[in-house]
Amino acid sequence: MIEFRAVTKRFDDGTVAVNQLDLTVEAGIITVFVGPSGCGKTTSLRMINRMVEPTSGTILVDGQDVRAADPPRLRRGIGYVIQQAGLFPHRTVLDNVATVPLLSGWSRGRARHRAAELLELVGLPAELGRRYPAQLSGGQQQRVGVARALAADPPVLLMDEPFSAVDPVVREGLQDELLRLQDELDKTIVFVTHDIDEAVRIGEKVAVFREGGVLAQYAAPAELLARPADDFVAGFVGRDRGYRSLSFVDSGEVALDQVSTVAIGQPAGAPTAEWVLVLDEQRHPRGWLPPRSTVEGAVTEAGLTPGGSLYQAGTPLRGALDAALSSPSGLGVVVDERGGYAGVVTARQVLDLIERARPTATGAERGH
Amino acid sequence: MIFADMFAWLADPANWTGPAGVPARVGQHLLYCLIAVAAASAIGVPLGLWVGHTGRGGLLLVGTSNSIRALPTLGLVTLLYLVAGGGTGPVLVGLVVLAIPPILAGTYAGVQDVDRGVVDAARGMGMTGWQRLWQVELPNATPLLMSGIRSAMLQVVATASVAAYVGLGGLGRPLLDGLRVLDYGQFVAGAVLIALLAVLLDAVLAVFQRVVVPHGLRVVARAAKRPASANRSSQPERTGDAGESGASGDTGAAGTTGESAAELAIMASRRETGGSER
Repeated sequence: MIEFRAVTKRFDDGTVAVNQLDLTVEAGIITVFVGPSGCGKTTSLRMINRMVEPTSGTILVDGQDVRAADPPRLRRGIGYVIQQAGLFPHRTVLDNVATVPLLSGWSRGRARHRAAELLELVGLPAELGRRYPAQLSGGQQQRVGVARALAADPPVLLMDEPFSAVDPVVREGLQDELLRLQDELDKTIVFVTHDIDEAVRIGEKVAVFREGGVLAQYAAPAELLARPADDFVAGFVGRDRGYRSLSFVDSGEVALDQVSTVAIGQPAGAPTAEWVLVLDEQRHPRGWLPPRSTVEGAVTEAGLTPGGSLYQAGTPLRGALDAALSSPSGLGVVVDERGGYAGVVTARQVLDLIERARPTATGAERGH
Repeated sequence: MIFADMFAWLADPANWTGPAGVPARVGQHLLYCLIAVAAASAIGVPLGLWVGHTGRGGLLLVGTSNSIRALPTLGLVTLLYLVAGGGTGPVLVGLVVLAIPPILAGTYAGVQDVDRGVVDAARGMGMTGWQRLWQVELPNATPLLMSGIRSAMLQVVATASVAAYVGLGGLGRPLLDGLRVLDYGQFVAGAVLIALLAVLLDAVLAVFQRVVVPHGLRVVARAAKRPASANRSSQPERTGDAGESGASGDTGAAGTTGESAAELAIMASRRETGGSER
């Protein structure tokens, strides 16, 4: 548990980066600090391991005032991951990961053994350990950065915009990886980002900061999107927060419709007035045949109208609505866990489900 | 014609023996150079590391370095010689003063050049100031540090000829003697020997550089080589023509920032690699 008690940071030039911050970060979960640039989120993070000293106030980690400890010793007990990873270019990946154990006086053999375990934990092949950071992709470097921060098994992990320098696809993979790791490790993680999507995706609690270092709202992501505390938070979480909040609506029982399907390589049969879904041998959706289309001979991949996004049954409704909206037929394709065709769903059906989920929410609102 | 005279002079066995022979002159010259560069490194490297590490005094350092560069070495050595009343001391002091600025600038730029994220990570993981300096900043500074030392060595080898001017031997002797008696063969032989010594010492330092620069940094350099090669073709010309005065002039114009020191050291290293490759 990390407690900020009336913490203020005023820099030498007079700017107030953090203003009277009172905040308790719960143990064992991911807490995200989010806000526009200059809101003091990074400064707040860096005060936890004394990379920045507060002007006034107290920060406690597990009840201990951070000022009681010598900074290097304090920092060795707190994992630290930064943007661009900050790996040591002159050391191999394995020695990078072994840094903190070596600083803490472990033998080289034991530290390297531990480092190898961590590479495996973050999903990197062992032979990467002999390479140098410059030989790795951005995503791999970031994984090594996480492994390095975890090497001495610290209870607390500080992550300062760790994924903002990698491309969106890799970033999503890294976020999933972090959530998977957290399932195993149950660390107290403080994660700084300026990206509200990332914040609601990975945070169990989200602290929204506004300019001038003031905490605007501190809540679970679903709460933040459903009930922003004020106009600033509402503006920051964005215009499409209604859509985004679907990420937290479970699908429950989605009644699936069926459409006619045809397998690639099979004859399409007589033209119909319906869209026909084309599947491959594993029953993975490949695309659509428009109504009244005639196909000479067997159906091939080339003549298909590309499909929209796929919705995996059982995941939040955001994906279901997107599948319906992005599909050329207006029918969202629902797949099972193995990616095989399960059925289709229309946007209207998804909206009905959302409407049905609403009474509890409005009931809570009336209760205020 | 002149080269024929030079080969004649070099072929004369009388010029290869005794206290005035080529081996003795090379030995003296080499000794002055090694002592001067060693002493300058002993002063410049720790100072450059400290200023780069703390970030304090960088302005003062670059300013002082540039003004020292402007000192005419011959005048300085003669002055020190006259004030001290003879001996090798003044000559060595003059050479050391000449060798310090490139070493200092290279070391400082090397430390300043270390990625801020890397230094921040080192601190955040719990390295003390000393651990950061020894384990992170110094290893990463070695390429520019070594460029500084090689640059200093080239300048010292060339300038050590002034030792002869105050009567202390070295390869400046054939140069001066040849000039005095208009024996151009001897004169050119002296110049060529100095140049050969410079190339040889630079090659030795290049090998030393391969030993001290961590392998991981050479990997980085190789990875960065491809995009950099585009503007490299235009660089040697510019630095080659501008030479020493151009390099220091640039620094003066660019102001006394860390970046100008870095650029200076990088230009120095480019000039060398350009020279030794040709």
